[in-house]
Amino acid sequence: MTSLADGDWHRLHPASPLLRGGIFVFALLGFVIANLRERFVDLVFGIPRESGDPLDAIYEGGAVGWALLIVAGILLVIIVAFSLSWRMHTFRVTDESVEVRSGILFRSHRQARLDRIQGVNIVRPLIPRLFGAAKLEVSVAGQDANVQLAYLGSALADGLRRDILRLASGARQPRAAVPGPIDPGQPLPADETDPAGTDQPGDIAAPAANRRHALNDYASARVGEFLAPELDPDAAPPESVVRIPVLRLIGSIVFSGFTVFVLVGIGAIITSVIVGGSEWLLIAIFPGLIASIGYYVSRFTKSLRYSIAGTPDGVRVGFGLLTTSNETLPPGRIHAIGVTQPLAWRPFGWWQISINKAGHSTNDGAAGQAATTVLPVGSLTDVGKVLELILPGFAIDEQRALVIRGLTSRGGNDGFANAPRRAAWLRPFSWRRTGYTVTAGAALLRRGVLSRELVLVPLARLQSVGIDQGPVRRRLRLASARLHTVTGPVSASLGVIDVDEAVRMFEAISAGAVASADSDTSHHWSLVPAVTAAAAPAPGSTAAPAAPTEVTS
Amino acid sequence: MVEHSVPDNLGNDAAAPVIPDPEPGYGPATTADPATDVPPVGARLNLPEAGEWKRVSPKYVMVEIVGTVVFLLIVCAAAGALWLLLDQTWAAWVGAAIALVTLISLAFEPRRVRSIGYQLRADDLLFRRGIMYQRFVSVPYGRMQLVDITRGPVARVLGLADLKFVTAAASSGVAIPGLAEADADALRDRLVELAESRRAGL
Repeated sequence: MTSLADGDWHRLHPASPLLRGGIFVFALLGFVIANLRERFVDLVFGIPRESGDPLDAIYEGGAVGWALLIVAGILLVIIVAFSLSWRMHTFRVTDESVEVRSGILFRSHRQARLDRIQGVNIVRPLIPRLFGAAKLEVSVAGQDANVQLAYLGSALADGLRRDILRLASGARQPRAAVPGPIDPGQPLPADETDPAGTDQPGDIAAPAANRRHALNDYASARVGEFLAPELDPDAAPPESVVRIPVLRLIGSIVFSGFTVFVLVGIGAIITSVIVGGSEWLLIAIFPGLIASIGYYVSRFTKSLRYSIAGTPDGVRVGFGLLTTSNETLPPGRIHAIGVTQPLAWRPFGWWQISINKAGHSTNDGAAGQAATTVLPVGSLTDVGKVLELILPGFAIDEQRALVIRGLTSRGGNDGFANAPRRAAWLRPFSWRRTGYTVTAGAALLRRGVLSRELVLVPLARLQSVGIDQGPVRRRLRLASARLHTVTGPVSASLGVIDVDEAVRMFEAISAGAVASADSDTSHHWSLVPAVTAAAAPAPGSTAAPAAPTEVTS
Repeated sequence: MVEHSVPDNLGNDAAAPVIPDPEPGYGPATTADPATDVPPVGARLNLPEAGEWKRVSPKYVMVEIVGTVVFLLIVCAAAGALWLLLDQTWAAWVGAAIALVTLISLAFEPRRVRSIGYQLRADDLLFRRGIMYQRFVSVPYGRMQLVDITRGPVARVLGLADLKFVTAAASSGVAIPGLAEADADALRDRLVELAESRRAGL
């Protein structure tokens, strides 16, 4: 157990106020520099400049002393405010909850119960990452209900997450595997002033050589951290289960719906140039095209270094080249899973997986999309592996076949209760594929033929189920059904279903939801040994041997 | 709500030509044997195995009527202002059309209120509403996040209250309007008690 989760109050990384206000500090610096650039030019190149900037005015007015005093005063206020806000910003992790106290004039005290944790996210934005700092975010259900610890030392954040998850899992003893690999290179957390603390003005007494040595150490530690793999090695299977080849990543971004707009824009420009005479179109569209390049690049860099792996405390999804994000979702925190394939991806056999979850990280997810995309792009085998991780207890072979049929089958008698032929009035193309099935504690909804989609809803997480019928569907002896889950990108609904089948589905799913919820123990996922045995080793053991083979796919 | 009268025949002529039953399957009178006469073609949604639906207070019709009349007055005032002050003739036609449709739908108000029903089953709350646009929802008790009771001005005069069963899913939408205040309080306490005994994590 690191000292951070021992139930006492701790402070954040000392540079936190600066890093949090980082953008503004840099903006301010930029503003000052931009305003005084003539003076810089004069200073460096000796090119004479016109007089009349504010500094001249101060100099000529004989107010140099006052100006210096004011600057010193402002600096003092900033430093005092920053150090005060750092001193007043404390957190603690007890057996029950994570608590944060902050604020100077307006104090706030936020507490998140450990058994309500929906996920723990570690984000390293570029600049804090250069300083070896990371932001830890504990998400709980609800709008703006997350507990943020910004910033912590990078390694400390990893350790703290492990401890929070272990406490939340209900396992009171440290796991045997966990304490071993705590990095020996880590200065054991006397407090959170880790290596980064050396850049604080404090040890003036230290000899210069010593300080240079420390600086060197600091620099190499930062470089090492920057290049380190996203997943720390003490997590159970360090290997990512799925790897996204760069070409596939580029392809998935190029063959996205956004490209259609870009192509339409380019086409419009070309025709307007050929036809001539309408410059306004060029002016209107061209900036958009330039911006779209930026969009492609940012999506690309954000999805690089994608990784997903199972740990004893849930699934861990990481991504990002410059700004990295790495979220652990404990078992039973996923409310719905959507596996989709846009039409343009079909020749390549690519799929995307997104999920509904109750806690929402404030940070973007892979590919610059919401943090609900757990697999930006992957082959059918990748989909199988990811589903195994995020739906523990769903790895039986029969179900694998069912899932694959749900993804690629054209319909017919394939284990799904499909819509009848008369549904073609409402779903002319996809009615054959529009169907559902219930198996192993999950409901599977299949729909869409151009853009294929399979939705999996763990019944233990289902909130309610509803069936609807309007006049048109009544005429056709159809109905529509909807499984209500927490809000998210996945909508678990069937547009058409036979009316009698709808009633059967309604009864089956509402009964299943009650039964699965009764046997669900995921709020303390390690408390019952049987659960750990069922959930934890399954992803690990299947993942490890599978990892080398999938690289080629 | 807009076109309540027309497609209702649509549902019925296809559904059960035997008896032009205005409300197949609800109310204690008809729930006894709907399972037996599931029509072979063209069917309205029905839960044959469901027990007896509890209905909301008939007085709730008044609440709906008052709301509709207020809406009607606003529409008429707006249309009249546009017509007379700004000389926009089309506004009169649109206003008249909206008023006509609203008045027709008003005639179906009692039936619509009678279609609202709920029942407490062993493990879940069952809710239904709508004639034209039917909707059935089942919510396991353990999924309850909170129960909301609200009273509008008209409902308060009539001694009614609305009960809302809130889950983590925004789309659940289980709102039982027009309960007698004592019933609403009793139902709330009962639901909280049931949810306590079947509590599930989120």
